[in-house]
Amino acid sequence: MLLVNVLGIGLIGLIIWWFWLYKPTKATMDNSKSIIIVDNGVYEPANIKLKENQPTILRFLRKDASPCAEMVLFPELDISEILPLNKTVEISLPALKVGEYSFHCQMQMYRGVLVVE
Amino acid sequence: MGQSILKTEKGRIQQALTRHQLLIEGAGCASCVGKIEDALKQVSGVEDATMNFAQRVVVVLGNVTDEQLINAIEMAGYRAQVMGSSTEKEALDEKSKADFKHYKQLIRNMTIALGLGIPLMVYGFWTGDMTVSSTSEQIAWLLVGLLTLGIMVFSGKHFYIGAWKSLLHHSATMDTLIALGTGAAWLYSMLVVLFPGSVPEMARHVYFEATTMIIGLINLGLALELRARGKTSEAIKRLIGLQPKTACVVSSEKEVDIPIEQVQLNDIIRVRPGEKIPVDGVVKEGHTTVDESMLTGEPMPVEKGEGDDVVGGTLNKSGSVLFSATRIGKDTALAHIINMVKRAQNSKPPIGRLADVISAYFVPTVMIIAVISALVWLNFGPDPIVAFALVSAMTVLIIACPCALGLATPMSVMVGVGKAAEAGVLIRNGEALQTASKITTMVLDKTGTITQGAPKVTDIVILSDTNEETVLQLAASLESGSEHPLALAIMDTANERTISLKKTDNFKAVIGHGVEANCADKQLLLGNEKLMRAKNVDIDGVEEEIRTLASEAKTPMYFAIDHKLSAIIAIADPIKSDAVNAIQRLQRNNIRVVMVTGDNQATANAVAKKVGINDFFAEVLPEEKAEKVAFLQQQGEIVGMTGDGINDAPALARAHVGFAIGTGTDVAIESADVTLMRGSLHGLADAIAISKATLNNIKQNLLGAFIYNIAGIPIAAGVLYPLWGMLLNPVIAGAAMAFSSVTVVTNANRLRFFKAQGN
Repeated sequence: MLLVNVLGIGLIGLIIWWFWLYKPTKATMDNSKSIIIVDNGVYEPANIKLKENQPTILRFLRKDASPCAEMVLFPELDISEILPLNKTVEISLPALKVGEYSFHCQMQMYRGVLVVE
Repeated sequence: MGQSILKTEKGRIQQALTRHQLLIEGAGCASCVGKIEDALKQVSGVEDATMNFAQRVVVVLGNVTDEQLINAIEMAGYRAQVMGSSTEKEALDEKSKADFKHYKQLIRNMTIALGLGIPLMVYGFWTGDMTVSSTSEQIAWLLVGLLTLGIMVFSGKHFYIGAWKSLLHHSATMDTLIALGTGAAWLYSMLVVLFPGSVPEMARHVYFEATTMIIGLINLGLALELRARGKTSEAIKRLIGLQPKTACVVSSEKEVDIPIEQVQLNDIIRVRPGEKIPVDGVVKEGHTTVDESMLTGEPMPVEKGEGDDVVGGTLNKSGSVLFSATRIGKDTALAHIINMVKRAQNSKPPIGRLADVISAYFVPTVMIIAVISALVWLNFGPDPIVAFALVSAMTVLIIACPCALGLATPMSVMVGVGKAAEAGVLIRNGEALQTASKITTMVLDKTGTITQGAPKVTDIVILSDTNEETVLQLAASLESGSEHPLALAIMDTANERTISLKKTDNFKAVIGHGVEANCADKQLLLGNEKLMRAKNVDIDGVEEEIRTLASEAKTPMYFAIDHKLSAIIAIADPIKSDAVNAIQRLQRNNIRVVMVTGDNQATANAVAKKVGINDFFAEVLPEEKAEKVAFLQQQGEIVGMTGDGINDAPALARAHVGFAIGTGTDVAIESADVTLMRGSLHGLADAIAISKATLNNIKQNLLGAFIYNIAGIPIAAGVLYPLWGMLLNPVIAGAAMAFSSVTVVTNANRLRFFKAQGN
């Protein structure tokens, strides 16, 4: 029983570490070519590094038919866009200051972050 | 594929087949057009390429691929992308088709999953025997287990792939919960089937029916949610549907119907009776009435003649007119309105922020609760502890529904903002929506808001050795340099009496006071008491006249020639016919109505009395209006300010919510928090009523979602077991979860039946 309890507590620790504490490495986007694919519940890539004070265009391609995926919101930037299925959508971002800006679906299940450096 | 190409005299093209439409980036000047068109025409297979600079769209005809065209454009130093749909309407149609396809898929998934799940569940209830106690049962359940695996792959693939991908990305979604819950049930059941000896005899129970039923029910829930979601965007669909597909462009030789996206600025367009006006423009020839109700909510058709503006998307009723296109594509009023409604629909009021914060931590928290629940059952539960621990953990995972929480706010905002747009009320964002629902004081600007904003000269009182005609001539000449509504009233009257104007020099407008200028060697002053006192003009002895005029709700203006008071010109602005009713509606809703005006006390008092307003600020300079708003705010009031959106900009910005009135078809709509597209003050009460209804709807949704999760998760974990021996069946948890988000969307859809009383 002790082993089961230790395993259980270890599992809780693993959940906390994996979902909350772990900081994933950030992918750098080549703005002119890269596309953020929306499929199977995730944005790929979900962490996007951008340069500060440069307007950027992000391209989204939604392959996920789930209605949850149909909208992407950038709450700090007051931007929201409908993503039609299998069509590339461009979202123009203004020049941003250094910081992190999240983007997500309406219910925050699909989540990504722009890291401006 | 054949091509039918018709070249118009402008070189534009109409065709039915093999048309490519690309959106160009980086084309900053009109000279880029030729460069891009030439680059495209050099691609082998291209018949013609035409670019609409205003929309940055190039239409290419020919036997080529999109990639070839994009390459050619990139070689020319620009960037391009394929436009999926030429119009928003087509995009919407495509979305509806894609949604319907997805709906059918979900229903198919559900049918197959429930096809196995229901018989299994009935068997379980009927016999009460879902255990493995003999070799024959072992073989039978193994077959069922494999069938269940088939259903998991066929009907639930999305959940498992989604969960796996999210896991790799360190995020957890609904899919994670469903995959873990159903996956754990299947794995445990298979362990029982394959290695019955590894679990205590009492715990040799299989849960294949739970796995299949949950997958079936969640697919059903998603299908119903998809249906209900479609209805939430009806308002925007209706707005997009207003845009006609073609326009009849007139040239010197003929009239040609061309696709709307090819219309260029200054094109002359014909609209016949019964047709929709394709883009914004100015009438050049003809006379008609236009039904603008779809944009402004104003039921009466509006007369249009030469020089009048027409708005794309409105319906031409009676006559045939020619008009010149002044705004096309994304610049039209309709496009701005659609854009604004869309943005507002996707913004969130502050009330939704807590739910957002919770959503972000929800799924991992539920996973932790599931583990704790299993541990508690394992440590303290009765036999069979393994089965109890599994069922409680599985039920916790399945019943938790972050969807209901996440959907609560956006769905209601989507319907509420859309409903408001239908009533002619444009709400800028979720924050404005929430604040509008809490307004305690509404400040109304008098001119143009309570009154029609089209004043007329009613009296001219002559006070010196002159006559009415001379006074009118000099006053109108003086005012010809001003754009003030009172100046327009004087000029209109001079115009009606065919009085010719004289040339003036040294024109000077003193805001909030009046105007002065020299004319025919005379120094003229026209304005209020402040101007006269500032210029040392003696105005004693006319108090009685002024009082009488003011008590009749007329605005008296002093007119002085060479610093001598010569006349009093009284101007009245008729009160809007429905102002009294609309103000009463606000007051009935316990909103204090305050009028603010530049008029003197007596006139302000007379107007306020006529419309039933008790509080007013008179003799307020335009720049002081914001101070009055601030003053009310200091008293703890939540203040709404209503004005025409241009002169009142600082006060509109200062107020908690700024309402711009009657500017719906103007592109300046984005400056106000709320724009009332028609002139009626009923729009204010409508806006507040819709905001209140939407906020209530959000509260119901959030409360429902919170209570559901807060009550559901502990019950699933088994907190009621020690009291009543009750443990939730995982299938019931699956059904509850599937229908909780449908309930939220359906409740939001109730807002569609909200009726604005002002209509």
